[in-house]
Amino acid sequence: MKERENVSRILRTLPREKAFYFFTSIGNYTGESASSLKEFMEKINEVNLKSLEFHLHRGDFEKWIAEVLEDNELAEEIGKLQKLNLTGDVLRNYLYKTVSKHYYNLISGSMRRYI
Amino acid sequence: MRLKNDTPSLDVVDLKILEALQEDARQTYTAIGKRLGIAHSTVYDRIRRMEQHGIIKKYTTLIDAERVGARNLTAIMTVYTDPKESEKVAEKLCEAPEVLEVYTSLSEELLIIAKVIAENQESLHAFIANSVAPLPGVLRIRTSIITKKFKETQPSIRNNSNGLTFIKKKYNRKRRR
Repeated sequence: MKERENVSRILRTLPREKAFYFFTSIGNYTGESASSLKEFMEKINEVNLKSLEFHLHRGDFEKWIAEVLEDNELAEEIGKLQKLNLTGDVLRNYLYKTVSKHYYNLISGSMRRYI
Repeated sequence: MRLKNDTPSLDVVDLKILEALQEDARQTYTAIGKRLGIAHSTVYDRIRRMEQHGIIKKYTTLIDAERVGARNLTAIMTVYTDPKESEKVAEKLCEAPEVLEVYTSLSEELLIIAKVIAENQESLHAFIANSVAPLPGVLRIRTSIITKKFKETQPSIRNNSNGLTFIKKKYNRKRRR
């Protein structure tokens, strides 16, 4: 029961002020934001690479996922990526793979419970 | 000369008083009167009238932040907005203590230009990410951090054939040969 509550909390849609806002550098907002884990996963393939590099190296993704989405498991995975010092499309691919794998695990887990 | 909103007209003496105050707002009525060749009571009356009608809004102090030891960072923030929300975004920005000045401008897109101060780059980023980007209607933000200030002055009021203009005095005094 507790686990199901956790999963639905992680997958919830956040209010505007808690969304993740993608910047390319200090103060430079791209106009892209993500209000849920699903949207965050989709935006990884859409936003400027500079933005992914900026936020990953600052630890912003890890912090938002842990503190706002309250998904410590994914935050830890992202933290590991941060240490690899990835850049460019390699970074985008790794990040997407990590987030999507985790997202679909959560979705399939919660679906199984209803079968 | 007639001014906006039924404010009284200003003559040459008023303008000269304003000019003197802009140079040094702490000088006495006598000093201003002496300089302009008029009685100190005239200076007093005219300053009072201009204060009452909001022509003189306030007397303030220009502080050299670096000498005081404040290590504030100043940035010029350009906020691109949805035209329908632009006014509301500008009003919201005005409420923030970090924002010193707010202007709207129409170039290719409708945008808001604001002067922002923050303690450091991190607090500037936090302010923009948490308080500006989430405002409804904000499309993009471009921020330029000011690295060196070369000039900062208040405009001086001048009366010429085109009416009242704000321009620095020294440019007007340049004589052509």
